[in-house]
Amino acid sequence: MTLSPLVSLIGRRVGASLVTLLFVSLAVFGIAQLMEGDVAEAILGQSATPEALAGLRAAMHLDQPAWERYLEWATGVLTGDPGRSLITGLPVWEMIAARLGNSLTLAGLTALVSVPLALLLGIVAAVKRGTAFDRTISIATIGIVSVPEFLIATLAVMLFAVTLRWLPALSSTRDVHSTWDLVRVFAMPVFSLACFVMAQMVRMTRAAVIDALDTSYAEAARLKGCSPARVVLRHALPNAIGPIANAIALSLSTLLGGVIVVEIIFNYPGVARLMVDAVATRDLPLVQTVAVIFCIAYLLLVTTADVVAILANPRLRHR
Amino acid sequence: MSRLAISGRIGLALVVLWVIVALAGPALAPHGVGEVVDLDVFSGVSRAFPLGTDYLGRDMLSRVLYGARYTVFIAFVATAIAVVTGVLLGLAAAAGGWVDMLLSRLFDIVIAIPSLMFALVVIAATGASIPVLIGTLAVIYTPGAFRTARSLAMGVMALDFVSAARARGEGLPYIVVREVLPNVTGPLAADFGLRFVFVVLLLSGLSFLGLGVQPPEADLGALVRENIAGLGFGAPAVLFPAVAIASLTIGMNLLIDSLPGRRRR
Repeated sequence: MTLSPLVSLIGRRVGASLVTLLFVSLAVFGIAQLMEGDVAEAILGQSATPEALAGLRAAMHLDQPAWERYLEWATGVLTGDPGRSLITGLPVWEMIAARLGNSLTLAGLTALVSVPLALLLGIVAAVKRGTAFDRTISIATIGIVSVPEFLIATLAVMLFAVTLRWLPALSSTRDVHSTWDLVRVFAMPVFSLACFVMAQMVRMTRAAVIDALDTSYAEAARLKGCSPARVVLRHALPNAIGPIANAIALSLSTLLGGVIVVEIIFNYPGVARLMVDAVATRDLPLVQTVAVIFCIAYLLLVTTADVVAILANPRLRHR
Repeated sequence: MSRLAISGRIGLALVVLWVIVALAGPALAPHGVGEVVDLDVFSGVSRAFPLGTDYLGRDMLSRVLYGARYTVFIAFVATAIAVVTGVLLGLAAAAGGWVDMLLSRLFDIVIAIPSLMFALVVIAATGASIPVLIGTLAVIYTPGAFRTARSLAMGVMALDFVSAARARGEGLPYIVVREVLPNVTGPLAADFGLRFVFVVLLLSGLSFLGLGVQPPEADLGALVRENIAGLGFGAPAVLFPAVAIASLTIGMNLLIDSLPGRRRR
């Protein structure tokens, strides 16, 4: 029995991602080895006796060669036991699991708001190319793309919390008693993140739709008397799905970086804050693991976009 | 450069302004960088303190004038290393063969790690210092410069005058330096500016998180961080360093966008 070419194409794409993930995890583990001295010295401090150091090294398997430690850590990440934090002594996975939900809620809400809105703005800007609306969108998105994430968050706090006094400057999920509270707490973090994520998505969506509208089949559809809406929805959009999926994935991956800044500014208890604190205290087991989780999320987004692009391209179905 | 659009001129003016500030900032500053000159903290915009004062009562204008040099210099050196390395390797890879395979696969791995994550892991392992920051930023942005240079060079390699040079019996080094390089300098200059913007944003982000330039030194991102307590009551000390970064990056983007041969739709 032969597999359909589509399945094997997707299989190859997913396989390539898994290989990339393997190398990425190796790179993250390798960079962490740049630390002067080792983890045992970091825990015991400078006054430790050689015997104590040797004992702790043996206990933490630091005397094993690097590749064995990598294998142990990598299987640990996969099975949910990637070691313990150097600072708190708690299992790394427990610390991450306690906060992962918060970060995913923030990222999920942002995606929910920004994806439909960005697609709408991008498509409308492409259709109304060259008008005042399109130019405004272009200038606004270029502006947002070229400023630091924390400027947008800072401006949002100044506008909504300080000047207008509509929202609290800090978020805490503990004060949530009703849906309205939830909206108030999440409004500013989600707004700041969405601004940032949307800017890129709008630009790329607009470019993809313009490309599709410039083709000869779109021209033919216009000439046979299709309404503008039909030209866009029926003729241009299906051919722009691949690039648009790519735009969404790439923009959502900037969400990963934005989440870090937003969680810090709004004092939000998520994984990204945990990561930043761990970097400041040089808690490497925690840093390595969170970094790999972010890399997995990133690869997942990019791979999904590629698979969607393959599925959306009918030419690839019959080969 | 003689016929820049209005937006390009504004961009050029902003970039030139920041270069002057980076070179001569301390000479222009009305107060010393660590001097406490105001009894009040987080004071607003006034004649004596055009950008207000910070959390210790230091003059923000002077702090920004001193801080900009860290941002501009670190970003410039890191970008220069990244672009020069990327272009050299990109030109080498454009000839094809195993060098191309090896470099492309290697850089694919670096690109698959989100840039902020990459920087955070390095800083966790080695600690934050200016050489580490420059090195890390350079490594993160080399793959992008490599890809741009490689695809540009490959495009030129396929053109007729390169075939003519080959037919004349010119060697690869001659072709790369004399035929390909002069035809890709324009786009590469634009790429340099674009990458400079990315580096400034990442560096500022790191400093904002307290993981970039370390006290007592402070770049523009670190200035935002140290005054973040003033955010709740709208102190200009938080806003102005962030606006300073934005004016540098927006200026550079406007300038690049109006360069000849980069007309966007």
